Amino acid sequence: MNRSELLSRIFVITGIILAIGAPLVFWTRTPLIHARMAENGGWNPDIIQAEVGKPLQLKITSDDVVHGFAVGQMDMQSVDVLPGKVTDLTLTFDKPGIYTFFCTRWCGLNHWRMRGTIEVSGSSSDPEPVSVPLYVTLDLDIDAPHDAPVIPSGQPSAINGQQLITNLPIDQSTDYYRANSPYQVFDELSSAVLTESERWDLVASIWKSNTTPESLANGQQLYAQNCAVCHGENGAGDGVFADDLAASGEASMQTMTGAENMMMQSPVDFTNPTRMLGASPALLQGKILRGGMGTGMPMWGSIFTEEQIWDLIAYLYSFQFEYQN
Amino acid sequence: MTKIELTRNLFIKNALKSRYPQLAVFIVMLVGYIFAILAGLIGTPVGSHNFSIVFVWIAWWAILILVAVPFFGRGWCAVCPIPLPGEWLQRGAVLTPPEKRPKWLNLRVPKMFRNIWLQNISFLLLALFSSVLLTTPNITGIVLAAMLFAAIGLSAIFERRAFCRYLCPVGGFIGLYSQTAPIELRIKDKQICVTCEGKPCYNGSQAGYGCPWDVFPGGLTKNTYCGLCMECIRTCPHDNIAINLRPFSADLAKPSTRMDEAFKAFIMLGSAMIYAGVLLGPWGEFKDAAYSVGSGAWFAYAIVFLAIIFVILPGSFTLGILDTKNTLPLKQRFASLSTALIPLGLMFWVAFSLSFVLTNASYIVAALSDPLGLGWNLFGTANAVWQPMLFSILAPAQTLALVGGLTWSARTAQKAANEVKVSSIPVIIYSFIVTSIMLWLLL
Repeated sequence: MNRSELLSRIFVITGIILAIGAPLVFWTRTPLIHARMAENGGWNPDIIQAEVGKPLQLKITSDDVVHGFAVGQMDMQSVDVLPGKVTDLTLTFDKPGIYTFFCTRWCGLNHWRMRGTIEVSGSSSDPEPVSVPLYVTLDLDIDAPHDAPVIPSGQPSAINGQQLITNLPIDQSTDYYRANSPYQVFDELSSAVLTESERWDLVASIWKSNTTPESLANGQQLYAQNCAVCHGENGAGDGVFADDLAASGEASMQTMTGAENMMMQSPVDFTNPTRMLGASPALLQGKILRGGMGTGMPMWGSIFTEEQIWDLIAYLYSFQFEYQN
Repeated sequence: MTKIELTRNLFIKNALKSRYPQLAVFIVMLVGYIFAILAGLIGTPVGSHNFSIVFVWIAWWAILILVAVPFFGRGWCAVCPIPLPGEWLQRGAVLTPPEKRPKWLNLRVPKMFRNIWLQNISFLLLALFSSVLLTTPNITGIVLAAMLFAAIGLSAIFERRAFCRYLCPVGGFIGLYSQTAPIELRIKDKQICVTCEGKPCYNGSQAGYGCPWDVFPGGLTKNTYCGLCMECIRTCPHDNIAINLRPFSADLAKPSTRMDEAFKAFIMLGSAMIYAGVLLGPWGEFKDAAYSVGSGAWFAYAIVFLAIIFVILPGSFTLGILDTKNTLPLKQRFASLSTALIPLGLMFWVAFSLSFVLTNASYIVAALSDPLGLGWNLFGTANAVWQPMLFSILAPAQTLALVGGLTWSARTAQKAANEVKVSSIPVIIYSFIVTSIMLWLLL
């Protein structure tokens, strides 16, 4: 073999090795977290390991549509994950535990299924005791029907109720508010010399006194980001995915051993007084925290903090009560 | 109009005669091709950000259909990397001709396959799956790899470049349209070839290989099957091979009589029209059908696709040229007159391609910096924003291409009709009707 042939072969073989090797090397050295619509696999990987106090560097990309990334119960701004682009993110955890990361963009009907976990190992200098949720303490059956037998003829006004409440010995404590549904409070007020409408106004007033404008604003923001997609911007159960959820009901039917048939349902209408006024804040806490178990309602316990859930609940009642003039 | 012999220029001649410049281009192309396969297989599945989709179906296609084919004919074939590994293995050498004959089977391709019907079929196969192929990186990666391995396999069994000549889905239409190009490889003096001993341009010699495209350069009258590999320039002992600059569509003056080539013209014409309607048109259901490969809707799409190409377009053409008084067989008239559809089809493809190339060209800039979608920014352009280019000139350019194609087709029809002694009017009317449909589809 002459020299030029030998050199040519070396060039060709080097070129082929480079063309195959270089992308493979770079590819294997760049661990990406891939986001796909839940129907196509969701997050991959969906379990990430991390250590307390050690920065966790993430490279996230989307393989289909625009997704978002945020970690539940963590003070962080969600980031967008664009198709074919890589989003760099560094997280530092100061407490060990299992954190849930989730999609924050309404990417598709099963958007809420796009969840994964970050397992943070290590020890915390400030361990927090685990508290039992109120709905568990109260032993509530959160799947039982809870319709209010009586509903107001118009929207109860907290302002009107405020004027009446000063003359009456009514429990306005947070414990009382959280443990009782508006209907239960309305019912307990039956001994008072008040019209039905005034009793409902009083209930609205008690509900208002257990929240603040800041809590309501926070609840509204959480609702807009996470709930409105199904339950609708105005709480009427008519979010952009509502029709698709209802349509996929039968198809999603699943039977679990020891459980009743569960299927995707139309999202709850928070403007429906029969349903909402029969639900106590503790009951709603259970529903939000645990989720709807196959109905399409996700569990938010691993994402929202307890305070966020109470803020959200306070906002949900604003679909029933008039808090301002 | 006279021809200009480019190989009279010593720089051009030496550059073509030497193997080194071509080898350098080959290596770059092969590296790019293999990288495209890898990018398709391991890169981001988002087509608009993957090198394989952006560089193959946007950049390469734009260069091929808007520049290479119209101006250089088979110029792409001259640098195409697909046959190279197979050919090098077949020859047992990368650069210098071997002293011994190759050890591989070196069989002759059976006569029944020595036409472009297999190329027609391979093109249609890709065309039917094109919606998925053009947008899905791993499918593109698999198809590119399959072509590379098919070329290696055919080189192992058959002599010369059997893949390029008889199977390549792209080579078929490049060959057809290369007849319109203003570049040709031809002999200078026929008498020299007649008396040339051993015909080294076809059989090979110490100076180079026998024509890889299985063509005897001495008999070349059309560009269709000359791959511009430049091997005969190296082997000709009489310096009798020239690269000429010539008028556009010079080869079309003598119409073909082959049915495989005639149908190729219809396949290309029909595909451009169907793509314009399905991929660029406002009909979502057609697009969905083309995308949902394997579904009932897709089978319906495939049947309609094939019916338009094999029944409706050639059928209506045949009805137009039916003339019971003409003594020439209908088959011959069909093949000859369909020559007029070659420039028309090319301009249909130019007009169609302008649309998606100008719309998507900005992806090239971003993919250059981050070819695999791994978050790189090699040239600082990874975050270039998508925006259609030269949008204001798109419709006028497309109209110009189509009207120009119609005029070119009419002129070609007149020449072809003269050859077979029939009227060119039906063919011109046919061209006018299909051009009007294409205009409506695109604008």
